[in-house]
Amino acid sequence: MMIAVDMLLLTLLGITAVAVIRTRSLFGAVLLMSIYSLLMAIVWYNMQAMDVAFTEAAVGAGITTVLLVGTLVYTGREERREPRVHWPALGICVATGAALVYGIQDMPRFGDPAAPIHGHVAPEYIAQNAPHGDQIGPGAPLANMGHHVPNQVTAVLASYRGYDTMFETAVIFTAGISLILLRGAPREKGRLFRRRRRRAPRARPRDESETAGDG
Amino acid sequence: MFAAASIAILVAILLYLVRALLGPTAFDRILATNALGTKTVILVSLLGFVYERPDFLDIALVYALINFLATLAILKFIEYQRLG
Repeated sequence: MMIAVDMLLLTLLGITAVAVIRTRSLFGAVLLMSIYSLLMAIVWYNMQAMDVAFTEAAVGAGITTVLLVGTLVYTGREERREPRVHWPALGICVATGAALVYGIQDMPRFGDPAAPIHGHVAPEYIAQNAPHGDQIGPGAPLANMGHHVPNQVTAVLASYRGYDTMFETAVIFTAGISLILLRGAPREKGRLFRRRRRRAPRARPRDESETAGDG
Repeated sequence: MFAAASIAILVAILLYLVRALLGPTAFDRILATNALGTKTVILVSLLGFVYERPDFLDIALVYALINFLATLAILKFIEYQRLG
């Protein structure tokens, strides 16, 4: 059952990926990308990887589609016609793909409990989070979480990866602040990005001549 | 029974994909994408029952909300030619 669903989904994914490349309409390509993300989310879901499926659906099908539609405001609807195949680029892509496929052969079997990733810190986390009662003294684990979070995956994601998430948030916050400082805060209320600038900052090369003309 | 329903939904997804690929107007594509999102929600619920974990229904709810967001943005772009 799982295999049948996976095969059907991966076939659909292949069709969608080829269609995204082949279509000339940028608007159609954005919608097909959204479909691709939805199908990919089902594939993750079918592998029982809930958090990845969530992220794929929220970021891939949700936010990325909105951002790409926002890009369409600036680019227009149709792709410029470039029929020639760029052979060096094709060669590099094929070579990279072949190297990646070659690298897959060294990976452990899917779901293998002896895989290196399952032997690094996971046993320690599981031991710490397992119910111990009020075990104190020698032999007690270093940090006794005492089954505080019943679900192990939630414990790792929300508790042990808390620092990871916190500093990710700090990085994204810094990036946002930097962007606002570089671009200048939007003056018009209710619009994040202005379409036409009145006072040209040094964001794009085209604007530099205007700034020089003013000075 | 749930497995057969899942396969049927996958066939429906294939048909929506064909409409999204061929769709002569933008609205065909938008409708196909939106309906495909709805089918995703149903498929997620069905597969939850197939794997005997019906608590996956919560995930289907989140998918429904996300699907709504993207469609809103696309329709706003069609109507006003800009976002925000």
